[in-house]
Amino acid sequence: MSLKLGVPSKGRLMDKTFAWFEKRGITLSRTGSDREYAGRVDGIDGVSLVLLSAGEIPRELAAGRLHLGVTGTDLVLEKLPLWEQQVEEIAQLGFGQADLIIAVPACWADVDTLDDLDAAAAGFRARHGHRLRIATKYHRLVRDFLTDAGVADYTLVDSQGATEGTVKNETAEAIADITSTGETLRANHLKILSDGLILRSQATLWRSRVAPLNPGDRQALELLLDRLAR
Amino acid sequence: MITRARILEQAAQLRARFEAVGAQVVETPILQPAETLLDLYGEDIRARAYVTSDALRGEQMLRPDFTVPVVQKHMEHGAEPARYTYAGEVFRRQEHDPDRANEYIQVGYEVFDRTNPAAADAEVFALFAEALEGLELRAATGDIGILMAAVQGLKTTAPRKAALMRHLWRPRRFRALLDRYAGRTPVPPARAALLAADDPLQGGVPEIGKRDRAEVEERIAILRADAAAAPISDNEMAGLEALLSVRETMPFALEHLRDISVDLPQIVPALDRLEARIAALRARGVDVDRLDFEASYGRTSMEYYDGFVFGFYAERRPDLPPIATGGRYDALTRQLGHGAEIPAVGGVLRPGLMLLLSEAVT
Repeated sequence: MSLKLGVPSKGRLMDKTFAWFEKRGITLSRTGSDREYAGRVDGIDGVSLVLLSAGEIPRELAAGRLHLGVTGTDLVLEKLPLWEQQVEEIAQLGFGQADLIIAVPACWADVDTLDDLDAAAAGFRARHGHRLRIATKYHRLVRDFLTDAGVADYTLVDSQGATEGTVKNETAEAIADITSTGETLRANHLKILSDGLILRSQATLWRSRVAPLNPGDRQALELLLDRLAR
Repeated sequence: MITRARILEQAAQLRARFEAVGAQVVETPILQPAETLLDLYGEDIRARAYVTSDALRGEQMLRPDFTVPVVQKHMEHGAEPARYTYAGEVFRRQEHDPDRANEYIQVGYEVFDRTNPAAADAEVFALFAEALEGLELRAATGDIGILMAAVQGLKTTAPRKAALMRHLWRPRRFRALLDRYAGRTPVPPARAALLAADDPLQGGVPEIGKRDRAEVEERIAILRADAAAAPISDNEMAGLEALLSVRETMPFALEHLRDISVDLPQIVPALDRLEARIAALRARGVDVDRLDFEASYGRTSMEYYDGFVFGFYAERRPDLPPIATGGRYDALTRQLGHGAEIPAVGGVLRPGLMLLLSEAVT
């Protein structure tokens, strides 16, 4: 047994995570062929690297199959309703910044706030006979946010990618998605509601509160946390 | 130990009690078509009910309550008047509190009768009070119909009243709207700019999506009309505030509300109904002089009720949800009845919680 550290298995998120650990004297690397999801850890003993999809890391932390994991705040809060009891935040890594926001067509001159969105939704439903559709993959976070804001007469439609295109394609009237620069939103003729910020997210190192630790793991964890704190 | 067998036995006894007073037993499927429930409750229901699906029937929900299927059944082929009882599982998704049950047994009693609504209200409440006797519960009552009447009779524009009615069940939103319509909150800068613009739609922004230019223009026209409309008067605001804070025993609450109706005469018919209900409860042997009435009661959790509402609570166990709840839902029968409607009142009990409490009492 060793301490299991979960890291996103591809892309910039993986590279930046590797660089973040490297700066702290811990070398993470992929082994084998380019296509093989296996990795190694150098510079510290008793820690093993698990490469997996960023979206699965919250679940694995909550199930205690990972002791540590790097993933976005957005994914942890969306997937773990009791996240404060299931995981502990160790460090914000300073990259992967993104805001989860609500955006509507820029041509909706009458809509600037959630209050407007609610009124537009009421009118839309009366005219079209169905609720105003908001495309997202963050169902729980968006629903909680809109319920709290008192927005009614909307429905969430699932969109796992290219969410900004759903409005033009008329499969949704508005979207809730992550954005870092707002570039994609503008290119798709969307604007962010002035009070439509649901969450600020960034890549974060989490510790599972439920993963079992044997004495060796505990020692490795203390050593690792100590190294990261320096 | 409170086993499932004991809960089922308790449920059967309660159901038999309702059968003995003339209710007919109904069964409803556990899997309900999601569309009806979504249409009725909106997205919020997804946070409360389990959704499943198959490729043929699409989305289905595990029955989150009995009221909707029972009303549907009655509206399709029920004779009038009718009394129904049922017992079975309901399923509630829990995302915030792991200690709350996600599956439990409910027993219900529903009355569809247009002859004497006050008597029907009293009948349901009194039967529930009897069934719960000995458990030392506190009963709370209210009447959503009074607030509805107050809003519908405001001396303000129809769109404002419609917006307030829409948010009757969201007290915070309702309050914010009311303050805006009374001119008590400043106009947000973006709104002010929109209203000041000669042609807010100019700007070369491509038009995309199903909500088109005509809809945007229509809403801007409504906003302009709203900006020109007079604020809701201080008198009416004071009346509404007083109404919402009424919390006394039933006869005193009625007296207090009668005073308020000087400023809000539109609530008089609703108060007459409350008065008739108090008399009907008294005739049924309910101690109305000790029964609490809160004008705001039921506004956050009981969205299809539109008249009398009630709940029974274990004060020694504030961690428990209400042991029984119920109310009048005339509008729901209209929504599900495709044009038909019938006054209806009913409620549900939780035999599992009743057993838990009776063990604590003994």
